[in-house]
Amino acid sequence: MLTLGHYLVVSGMLFTIGFAGVLLRRNIIIIFMSLELMLNAANLSLVAFSRFHLTSAGMPNYNAQVFVFFIITVAAAEVAVGLAIIVALYRARQTTNVEDITTLKF
Amino acid sequence: MNPFLFWFFAFLMLVFGAAVIINRNPIASALSLVICFMGLSALFMSLDAFFIGIIQVLVYAGAVMVLFLFIIMLLDLRAENLRKINYVAVAGGAAVAVVFFIQICFVVGQLNAAKQPFPALTSAKTDDVHNIGLLLFTNYNLPFQIIGVLVLVATIGVVVLSKRELK
Repeated sequence: MLTLGHYLVVSGMLFTIGFAGVLLRRNIIIIFMSLELMLNAANLSLVAFSRFHLTSAGMPNYNAQVFVFFIITVAAAEVAVGLAIIVALYRARQTTNVEDITTLKF
Repeated sequence: MNPFLFWFFAFLMLVFGAAVIINRNPIASALSLVICFMGLSALFMSLDAFFIGIIQVLVYAGAVMVLFLFIIMLLDLRAENLRKINYVAVAGGAAVAVVFFIQICFVVGQLNAAKQPFPALTSAKTDDVHNIGLLLFTNYNLPFQIIGVLVLVATIGVVVLSKRELK
């Protein structure tokens, strides 16, 4: 029998994979993909809660799904801007390795 | 919700999610990410969220990943040659991630609702596109319009960033 906890733990594992990617990888594009993984892990737990908490009419709670819709929209806009920044960075520095971009490092 | 399908798609999603951060070649990472999102959209559909599952495939697998692949090929990134690995930093990062995951499991284990199965849907049909659309244009009309402005700002920002010389 599948419980809410199954979905929450799977979502936590996906978030951890994304988190580990941000911490361990040095390629800025892979770091960006890991950010997407983390956003989607949050979406999975939101949808699981929406299915778990039924409304009085016996439907899933669609407020959470509208929230997921907004998250997906913002993530798409974020990807567009982020990749444009990466391209601008590559044009200035000819690198995508974060260890070579340390101008702001204290 | 078939438990076998749940385990199959969860396993698919996690394996290819791990492949995203393990692969040295950025193109292989991007393609793994597509399969990871396919598994995720199957999990959404197992939760009766068909609309979210479909836009997951359309927006992520369709639009976002094409953008990623386009940028990777535009920058002509190869598999990165191995640099000297800072083992202390790698061990520290992995330890933080593992501790984080243990903490999530701990919190989920303490949550009483997490031990209960999903209640059955009592309504005959789940016309979720209809219901989400209704919410979007009534309760969430203002946020919806703000999102529209946000996308416009993002578009203008990308055009400005892509100009050859910033003034």
